[in-house]
Amino acid sequence: MIGESLQRVEDPVLLRGQGRFAADVTLPGQLHMRVVRSPVAHGRIRSIDTSAARALPGVAAVWTHDDIADLPPIAFRLTPIESMLPYRQPVLARGRVRYVGEPVAVVFAESEYLAEDAAELVDVEVEALPATVDPTGEPTPWLDAEEVAWTAVEAADGAGRDNESATIHLEYGDPDAAFAAAAHVFDVDVRVGRHSGVPMECRGGSAHVDAATGVLMVNGAAKVPFWNRDAIAQMVGRSPHEVQLIEGHVGGGFGPRGELYPEDVLVPLATIRLGRPVRWVEDRQEHLTTCNHSRDQRHRLRAAVDETGLITALDGEFWADQGAYVRTHGATVAGLTASMLPGPYLLPSYRITGHVRMSNKTPAGTYRSPGRYEGTFARERLIDAIANGLGLDRIELRRRNFIPADAMPYRRPILAMGTELVYDSGDYALLMDRMEETFDLPTLREEVAARREAGELVGIGYGWFVEKSGLGPSEGARVMVDTGGSALVTTGASSVGQGVDTVLSQVVGEVLDLDLDRIRTVRGQTEHFNYGRGAFATRQSVMVGNAVLESALAVRAKALRVAAHHLEIDEADLELVRGRVQVVGTPGTGLGLGEIAALLEPHRAKAIGEEPGLTCDGWFHSDHMTYPYGVHVAVVQIDRGTGKPTLERFLVGYDVGKALNHLLVEGQITGGAAQGIGGALYEEFRYAEDGQPQATTFMDYLMPTMAEMPEFGVLVTEDAPSPLNPLGVKGAGEGGTTATAAAIASAVDDALSRPGSVTQTPIRPDLIRQLISEPGHEQSPNQKEH
Amino acid sequence: MNQVPLRLYVNGERHDVTVEPRKTLADVLREDCGLTGTHLGCEHGVCGACTILADGQPIRACLMFAVQAEGMSLRTVEGLAPDDEELHPVQRAFWKHHGLQCGFCTPGFLMLAAGTLEEDPDRSDEELVDILSSNLCRCTGYQNILTATKAAAAEMRE
Repeated sequence: MIGESLQRVEDPVLLRGQGRFAADVTLPGQLHMRVVRSPVAHGRIRSIDTSAARALPGVAAVWTHDDIADLPPIAFRLTPIESMLPYRQPVLARGRVRYVGEPVAVVFAESEYLAEDAAELVDVEVEALPATVDPTGEPTPWLDAEEVAWTAVEAADGAGRDNESATIHLEYGDPDAAFAAAAHVFDVDVRVGRHSGVPMECRGGSAHVDAATGVLMVNGAAKVPFWNRDAIAQMVGRSPHEVQLIEGHVGGGFGPRGELYPEDVLVPLATIRLGRPVRWVEDRQEHLTTCNHSRDQRHRLRAAVDETGLITALDGEFWADQGAYVRTHGATVAGLTASMLPGPYLLPSYRITGHVRMSNKTPAGTYRSPGRYEGTFARERLIDAIANGLGLDRIELRRRNFIPADAMPYRRPILAMGTELVYDSGDYALLMDRMEETFDLPTLREEVAARREAGELVGIGYGWFVEKSGLGPSEGARVMVDTGGSALVTTGASSVGQGVDTVLSQVVGEVLDLDLDRIRTVRGQTEHFNYGRGAFATRQSVMVGNAVLESALAVRAKALRVAAHHLEIDEADLELVRGRVQVVGTPGTGLGLGEIAALLEPHRAKAIGEEPGLTCDGWFHSDHMTYPYGVHVAVVQIDRGTGKPTLERFLVGYDVGKALNHLLVEGQITGGAAQGIGGALYEEFRYAEDGQPQATTFMDYLMPTMAEMPEFGVLVTEDAPSPLNPLGVKGAGEGGTTATAAAIASAVDDALSRPGSVTQTPIRPDLIRQLISEPGHEQSPNQKEH
Repeated sequence: MNQVPLRLYVNGERHDVTVEPRKTLADVLREDCGLTGTHLGCEHGVCGACTILADGQPIRACLMFAVQAEGMSLRTVEGLAPDDEELHPVQRAFWKHHGLQCGFCTPGFLMLAAGTLEEDPDRSDEELVDILSSNLCRCTGYQNILTATKAAAAEMRE
């Protein structure tokens, strides 16, 4: 059953429109929250007049910062760097606004429509200040001393802070010596535009205090309900057990959704203080200006290369545009950029410095393949520059620099997300061979070359990458078989729509030989399990999958043991087939799992010296991440007149160690690629000089539709199982995205016969038009050799 | 705000509701009729998550006021399957071909595909891509949505 392309257990409910998404929960007597947001990018709040809003019949309350001044800023969930503490966001703006969309006040009213009416009556006067929209120059003043003291008492030193909230530095080997001895040096200066996950479901949630138990119930949780429960409990002054987070259906995650935002604290706080259920659902304009942005990094990289094309050192700097505040992700994106930049290459020496810079834009966080999408674009631009500069085939140069299979596991002497960076397994050259063969790349190259020869602007491009997945440290699971012989699987996993219920059920189905319709999964419910790190970092299949395997194996062992005792047969003569423990090879004998569960009723279990119930907990712990890897190949055709790029084909080769469900893995890869393609060609949160966002609706923020999709080819391989977990799995969630921009940029270069011409994303038609109209260069300024 | 009485016919059932004239059809379906399968992804007519059938034609329920739908025969995702056991061919095909992940855009795609194919199951692949490009999905990359719709079309042609 593991590995089979089974249809998902999640689907029937969703297909009938019976899901329970955040906005689908209606509580009797609920108030509707509407947020009043800053219309300017940077300024001092002079006054907030709420009197007209308060006077509107049906308005229960209007809050500004003064009403919640006791709330601390939201804590960091990941990568908590001390220097970043003062840059955290107040739940409602405190004296100063720093981005368009920042919550300034909240209105609570009897209906959603009324709440919007009232919000429009709140009069916010802001004295505008100059906005920072490009923070890649010299650092500029950002926080004054008083602001530092408020957001981070322990870090207060009477000084203000500039807009570099954190500086990341990683280094190994001897880069200076490598550059001194280099036969060639190449460099690039490239930017990845600002875009983000933008799930189809906007954020939202509701809360009420259960009158019978006093428990604070919070609906609409996603991704990290356990961490959010603890954080909300702390902020509203309750013990975690008095707060229950409920994950329903989640309309896409991709990184931004599910993090703890100011609104997620205001809803439960209001339900406590106002004594009424409260619901909040954001609209799309709010989402595009307030939910975490991502990407937006500039990279300057240089490589030292020897006579044979071997890269002896990679050195560089990058600037990440964090936006106005540092939210729950801390320095995660910059940290991952630095750790994962070396990719699949040996790189004997490495040095990188990352600057996390503040600007007057919507705060940024992680988005599918965070740090790798950006870093892979920059690194692969550099690799192409080296290949073209040396007159080597782009794939050949990569092959010469691959970490060889016999060097696995390969340890790079740096950390990634607090773990030692050890590539657990991989055969990069083999995957490239299999791609050449599966998709007949030699013929494809010939066809592209022939079309270009005939006058078309068409090119092929490549992006190689290493992903990471399965971040620990721990996950648990409980498998319980009831007296009806059906299994209940309870975990701390979360689903953002990726099909986790199905794959966890497949693991249990495999071990207990049960059909999927005999298995039910419970996840994302803080009341039913005590621990769960969440659905991020492509970790659910690796961590929770293996925990479920542990517990299912323990249940099977217990079932065999109890049956053997009851039947007075040697355990070795029994087997578990179709949910029944039977005498080996003799169907109809023995006991069903339900009957064994009945034998384990507490009083009877005590009599035979067993713990009650056919139930076992299993835990999986891991100190190291797993490292899946892959290659993207793009074929792009360009319209000479308009500069419009058409992505004709997109091929992905990805080794996931072991696929639990091929259909779902391919779905993850294709969906991830579509998002990466969006960022490479269409999507961008652009800002005017005064910090006004230019993409605040789906008319301006251009997500790809079916019409923009290429012909896809996906090759999922299982050549390098992870030695770090019993299933051998590596995560499949992000590898569809990672090298999309890199491969497409490489293809556009090739189409234009202008190596190194693409230096930024999204690769808009106007940029391509500009390149077409410029006189051709043998070498563009961006890939010159020194 | 004044309220007006309104009679809607949804999935063959009559709903007598009292709503503000400014309330959108999508909000009335969700809140006053209790049919939350119609989802709101943008509320300005781009994403198509709220697509329903009005007199057999796919429409955006976020772009109509409920009062404009008086007298129309409305069909939402809840009315797509013939009963609790059986699914509509489009639903079956989306399930089989993994045409959904998070499922949020799914009701809109199902109604768009069902409306289109019930009107004419002989659409060319190009026409289907053109029609299905009016809705947004963020999870699937659309390949399986197209595959599923083509499979449903083949079944509905029989």
